[in-house]
Amino acid sequence: MADVQLKQIKKSYGQVNVLHGIDLDIKHGEFVVLVGASGCGKSTLLRLIAGLEDISGGELLIDNKVVNHQPPAKRGIAMVFQSYALYPHMSVFKNMAFGLKISGKDKNFVREKVEHAAKILQIDHLLERLPRELSGGQRQRVAIGRAIVRDPNVFLFDEPLSNLDAALRVQTRVEIGKLHKDLDATIIYVTHDQVEAMTLGDKIVVMNKGRVEQCGSPLELYRHPRTQFVAGFIGSPKMNFMKGKVSVKTEGSIYVKLADGVEVEARVESGAIAVGEEVTVGVRPEHLQESLHGEGRLKGKINLVEHLGEVSYIYMTLTDGSEVVVRGDGETEVKVGEEIYADYQPQNVHVFNAQGLAFKRLTAAEADAPAAAMIRQAAGGNT
Amino acid sequence: MLNKMTLTMPWSGMNKLTLKPDLGKKLMVHAVLLTYTVIALFPILVILINSFKTRKAIFNDPLGLPDASSFTLVGFEEVLARSSFDVFFFNSLIVTVLSLFFVLLFGAMAAWALTEYRFRGALFIAALFAMGIMIPIRLGTVSILQLMVDLDLVNTRTSLVLVYIAQGLPLAVYILSEFIRTIPKELKEAARCDNVSEYKIFFQIVLPLIRPAMATVAVFTMIPIWNDLWFPLILAPGESTQTITLGVQQFIGQFVTDWNAVLSSLTLAIAPVLVLYLVFSRQLIRGLTAGAVK
Repeated sequence: MADVQLKQIKKSYGQVNVLHGIDLDIKHGEFVVLVGASGCGKSTLLRLIAGLEDISGGELLIDNKVVNHQPPAKRGIAMVFQSYALYPHMSVFKNMAFGLKISGKDKNFVREKVEHAAKILQIDHLLERLPRELSGGQRQRVAIGRAIVRDPNVFLFDEPLSNLDAALRVQTRVEIGKLHKDLDATIIYVTHDQVEAMTLGDKIVVMNKGRVEQCGSPLELYRHPRTQFVAGFIGSPKMNFMKGKVSVKTEGSIYVKLADGVEVEARVESGAIAVGEEVTVGVRPEHLQESLHGEGRLKGKINLVEHLGEVSYIYMTLTDGSEVVVRGDGETEVKVGEEIYADYQPQNVHVFNAQGLAFKRLTAAEADAPAAAMIRQAAGGNT
Repeated sequence: MLNKMTLTMPWSGMNKLTLKPDLGKKLMVHAVLLTYTVIALFPILVILINSFKTRKAIFNDPLGLPDASSFTLVGFEEVLARSSFDVFFFNSLIVTVLSLFFVLLFGAMAAWALTEYRFRGALFIAALFAMGIMIPIRLGTVSILQLMVDLDLVNTRTSLVLVYIAQGLPLAVYILSEFIRTIPKELKEAARCDNVSEYKIFFQIVLPLIRPAMATVAVFTMIPIWNDLWFPLILAPGESTQTITLGVQQFIGQFVTDWNAVLSSLTLAIAPVLVLYLVFSRQLIRGLTAGAVK
């Protein structure tokens, strides 16, 4: 059992503060993914947890012990590096056995361990090869194998898939996911790829400029991004953002007037919103439907159509110049230059204030609550 | 002489590989390299052929090959029987090998410490090593001699080894630091996560990876030590501690020089350094190819 707790972890290089007090609570067996744009401090955070860099402030607990000043080896962690970091002059077997041998384990025990790990990763036929004789994917497996044999409390992955080609990345991603289930291990995984984050993580931590922007399950982040940054980061293609002003406010829904005069309805908690406030409206491409007829509410001209087979992405420019991506039917026949409309459901619209904070979106049930209450009331009145 | 040879030999081989284009250019390059090789090897060849000739033949026809009438081994007999050549030879060998070993060991350790760790005075130490490259150690001969007298080390091989370590270290540290810097830091970090101690990281990961650089340093360190006449003459001129370069001098008199003996001992002196060079150069080439594949 190894929980990892971060309490107000800070890191600064001289005058420059890189991490501004990170709080995180990771339970045993959880797969936590740290995501964020490059330079947001996610790799630094991982290196702090690994013990490869000194913590400037705060407390790091692994297995309920403060490990701030312990060397990496004493923390019970194993790290897999982006560049694999295999010892080039040692065979695959030696690479995997090195750590165990150093700690003075019995020879047969080491052999057994390594062979077992190699079997799990399907590299048992490569044990005598040198790293330079392996392909990228095989090297990555060896690097993972080296981590597995040590039976660590926590696995740390630093962008392990970014050096692999697309097909191999998908395959290895699936394998890492399986591995997590087989090993019942705590994994902290750094990536800048939101697809990896969504597919692998039990919990995603979105970081931005040295702070945790939001932390939650993949679907939670997808459904209820707390800030505009998270909303833009999770989901692909990116959420569409349009600036506007609040024009009408009722309980459970608001209307935002966009720059081109279109009014967009959104079902959000409207308590804190003032009429006339400048807000940003966000709608995901998959929540926009193309329609050739006038009943749609966003009108724009098509710039580009990407046909992916099962879907197509339609890039259109609204009359006010903002760009919007619509996920259309896979076999849509719309052409560049045509004008189309995009329709949406009000409950799928996100609204962010000027500081980028989201107003809580009401789920379908919550949004319908007043109406339902009325119906109930009416029904009650009848009986 | 040997110095030049070590420089020309690896390059002539490499050029052959890299210059594929037209034949004329290739010939030109080879002509230049061959000329240089001949110039570099010529004195050695003269020593070799004359060491097998009679004294008369040496003077009559210095460039002629030994034939039936002029062939003699008198020089070698003289050297091996009448002088303590074996002692000189052994002295040279032990001084060179020991100095080389310590220069490589301490050089690599210092280079590792200076590149890997941040500590107080690191810059100062690095500056001292840089000065060591720029200022020839011979300028300090008088103080070194005084120091050795005070330490009671005059006429010992130890004194020579100590001086040669000091002489070889700066360049070794400089070259090895550059190489150590090219080792990806993830390797060391991976090792640290693997619970590998700093010493083991150095000996089992860093050293194997900088082997080609070590070979380069070994070649550059070894030859000046083997060929040195200055410090053996000053610090260890005693009969039992003379090195071979100094030992040869006894055949060179003010009025009469025993050329047979001089040339024979020089011929014999080439052998070990050539063997060592071949050993290191092999590492050098192996290292180059190993790095290229990555």
